[in-house]
Amino acid sequence: MTRIRISPVTRLNGFWSVEVEVKDGQVVDARSSGIFFRGLELILMGRDPRDAGYLTERICGICSSAHATASALGLEDAFGLTVPANGVLLRNLIFGGDLLQNHLRHFYLMTLPDFVQGPDRPPFIPRYEADYRFTERESENLYQHYLEQLEMSRKSHEMTVLFGGKIPHTHGILAGGGTVPPDADKVRQFGAMLDQVSRFIEEKMVPDAYLLADRYPEYFEVGEGYRNLISYGMFQEPGTPGERVFKGGTVIDGQAGELDPDKITEQVTRSWYADDKPLHPARGRTIPAPGKEEGYSWVKAPRYNGLPFETGPLARLWLRGDYRRGYAAMDRLLARVLEARLVASLMKKWLAALDPGQPVFQSYELPDSGEGVGLTGAMRGALGHWFRMKGRRLTAYQVVTPSAWNLSPRDDGGQPGPVEKALLGTPIADPKNPIEIGRVIRSYDPCLACAAHIVFLQGEKRVFKI
Amino acid sequence: MLTRREFIKLCLGAGAGFSLGSTVLPRLAEAITALERRPPVIWLEVQTCTGNFLSFLNTLNPRLQELIFEIIDLRYGNTMMAAEGEQAIRALEDVARDARGEYILVVDGAVPTKDGGIYGAIGHHPDGRLFTDLEAVETLGPGARYVVAAGSCAAFGGPYAANPNPTGAKPVSMVLDRQVINVPGCPIHPDWLVATLSHLLLYGVPDLDPYNRPTMIYGDTVHDNCPRRQYFENSIFAAHPGDSGCTYKIGCKGPVTFTDCPTRQWSGEHLSWPVEANTPCIGCVAPEFPDGMEPFFEQLPDVKLPGVTVTARTAAAVAGIVTAGGIGAHLVGSVLTGRLARNWVGKTETTKTNPGTGPGGEEKTLSKREARKDASWRGRRRPAGKLARGKDRNHHERVQSEREGEKE
Repeated sequence: MTRIRISPVTRLNGFWSVEVEVKDGQVVDARSSGIFFRGLELILMGRDPRDAGYLTERICGICSSAHATASALGLEDAFGLTVPANGVLLRNLIFGGDLLQNHLRHFYLMTLPDFVQGPDRPPFIPRYEADYRFTERESENLYQHYLEQLEMSRKSHEMTVLFGGKIPHTHGILAGGGTVPPDADKVRQFGAMLDQVSRFIEEKMVPDAYLLADRYPEYFEVGEGYRNLISYGMFQEPGTPGERVFKGGTVIDGQAGELDPDKITEQVTRSWYADDKPLHPARGRTIPAPGKEEGYSWVKAPRYNGLPFETGPLARLWLRGDYRRGYAAMDRLLARVLEARLVASLMKKWLAALDPGQPVFQSYELPDSGEGVGLTGAMRGALGHWFRMKGRRLTAYQVVTPSAWNLSPRDDGGQPGPVEKALLGTPIADPKNPIEIGRVIRSYDPCLACAAHIVFLQGEKRVFKI
Repeated sequence: MLTRREFIKLCLGAGAGFSLGSTVLPRLAEAITALERRPPVIWLEVQTCTGNFLSFLNTLNPRLQELIFEIIDLRYGNTMMAAEGEQAIRALEDVARDARGEYILVVDGAVPTKDGGIYGAIGHHPDGRLFTDLEAVETLGPGARYVVAAGSCAAFGGPYAANPNPTGAKPVSMVLDRQVINVPGCPIHPDWLVATLSHLLLYGVPDLDPYNRPTMIYGDTVHDNCPRRQYFENSIFAAHPGDSGCTYKIGCKGPVTFTDCPTRQWSGEHLSWPVEANTPCIGCVAPEFPDGMEPFFEQLPDVKLPGVTVTARTAAAVAGIVTAGGIGAHLVGSVLTGRLARNWVGKTETTKTNPGTGPGGEEKTLSKREARKDASWRGRRRPAGKLARGKDRNHHERVQSEREGEKE
């Protein structure tokens, strides 16, 4: 039996330690451990609810617009706001641009070094000695695309700047709508950049992904998780903001089902929080307990109906019927790349649907009290914000992120989290160069910045003590 | 060789005119060739959202590949490097040892210090011990040629150090006993960091203000250079986000925020910035961010000062802020610089839709000349002591409750 610890797992946001046990060349046990914690939800207590959007963006630099969206939806839910169509379109375009940025950077910057040898200089060395299967010519090609991607992901970000003022941590997604009235000049600039990015996705990224799948076909078997998928839906329909362009739902071993948010709980037996029973996020609470012996992660264990679920582009495309080949590592990678292509084409429609002269924002008076929930798809999957307010100030705020779903530790019943489960059976050719682990775990597009933040509720009582 | 003065002029030029690509790059290349090797850089992420690194990736002039392959030698950066686990930690140890006294340490994120620093770790040591952020900064700091705190978390603590600061997060300068060059921003604009690094490589440490920020970037307030300044002068105010007027009444912190967003704009292509997006500047580069800048969508508090229309009812709240920290000096300085005073306390008509921001109480006005005279006793960019947070942890809540009281 060999133990391998990869800490830090690099090429992701945040800090993550993954430990596996290898027997007869296969992973037989795995532990996913978030090793940093910041406490943003605790910090939110007592603040103006309108500030939650800009502050929760600061949870994560690569998916800030997703947090802004969830927060805006939550406030709109509480205040009973209806966003004008232009506002929905603007927010979809900002979030869409950020999503393209994420998917581009994830595929080239974060994933490819697990499969392709870059040039022999930092940051491509040091690296594992492993089975890099591309020919020299293919590797050189992929490296060129890697460099082009730097340009394309930047352009995806520049698009969001046009309608959001800046990025990361955009200003343009607010409860009430968007903030930049569209005009011909902005639409032209946005459209030109979108065309370049979508051409790159179509002509380079999608073929590169299929080439990768062709060279590493065993990853259509390796890294299969529970076959349970969950999505809260993503992108509001401009005409009917209550509807989602990507529908929410669950998939259990190939059977699609309706989503019932009441069935979501979080469990903390193996997390560094004081013991508690499984609680729904709207009622949940968390008391950090860093010394807790049975704990091994700052990430909690979200469960749906008591079961672990994975979330991400694969879940969304499965529910749409666009991708249903399987549930393994390569399926996740392909689904993400195909989703980028799909979102780019949707963005062209949204851009064309903008109606200059029509309102972009629904103004409102901040009420004294209320509660709301904002559920959306983020780059990595299902993202939820739950909050309560009183006296025009937040009394409770809880964020459950996609990476918490995916990277969670074991739960009360001892069931491993989705990544822990997916690692089981992964063949390890050389324990000194365990490149296979990264190939499996990065297929989830892990983000510890999102996964390991504090969750804290019951705002009226200050229970935070260590 | 480009003179230092010319370089700074270029940086100040900002906007579309700011282009390290055409003018500075060849000089940088020259300077680098003169060195025996490209300067090694360690990009150390600690308690961060990685937003600063992702923003850094958006650099356009020079492009990222030019920067990291031709100018600097990025030897460690956990978001981009191929190595992982033990291999990554050993790479960090190698550069720290081999390039001691030579490497530039860019710290991205605050440093959690509570309970021995267990709330944040960059990974594990090869022997299995947790490698905490605190240990990493303390170990790597002394051997660096320069330490650059990139982003508001590293420079001033930022959002995770906000009240009640659950992890005891501190800015790098409070952990290391040496000069730390602060390049704040939430996130950092790619140009801000690239310009700072370029200055370090070409001419050494740039001129710094008392907060150790390069003055070539953080010299003027957002309000000073705001393209909507004329709206402010003419009292045309936005009623809500999405309106095209001056965003002062919906919370703009531009008058107390020192940076060049209005002229530089975001991002690599300089396309827009928060006020152009019809939203308030939230002062994300300021030492007081976020506590001293909230609520984001409420007008800056009224202020009791010579030369300014005074509202007695708000004096107490303002005094609280002034004592609390830097915002006081910024605020005082900005107020005294001129016509801001006129609008500051709502002497002019405001839009009616934003509750709680109207004028009230007894008023007293000094002439502008008297105001200027009085202003001379305090430098306009002088910070008032240590960080607000360090001194007064309850500052946020207290101001909050006082503002509440004021509204009722």
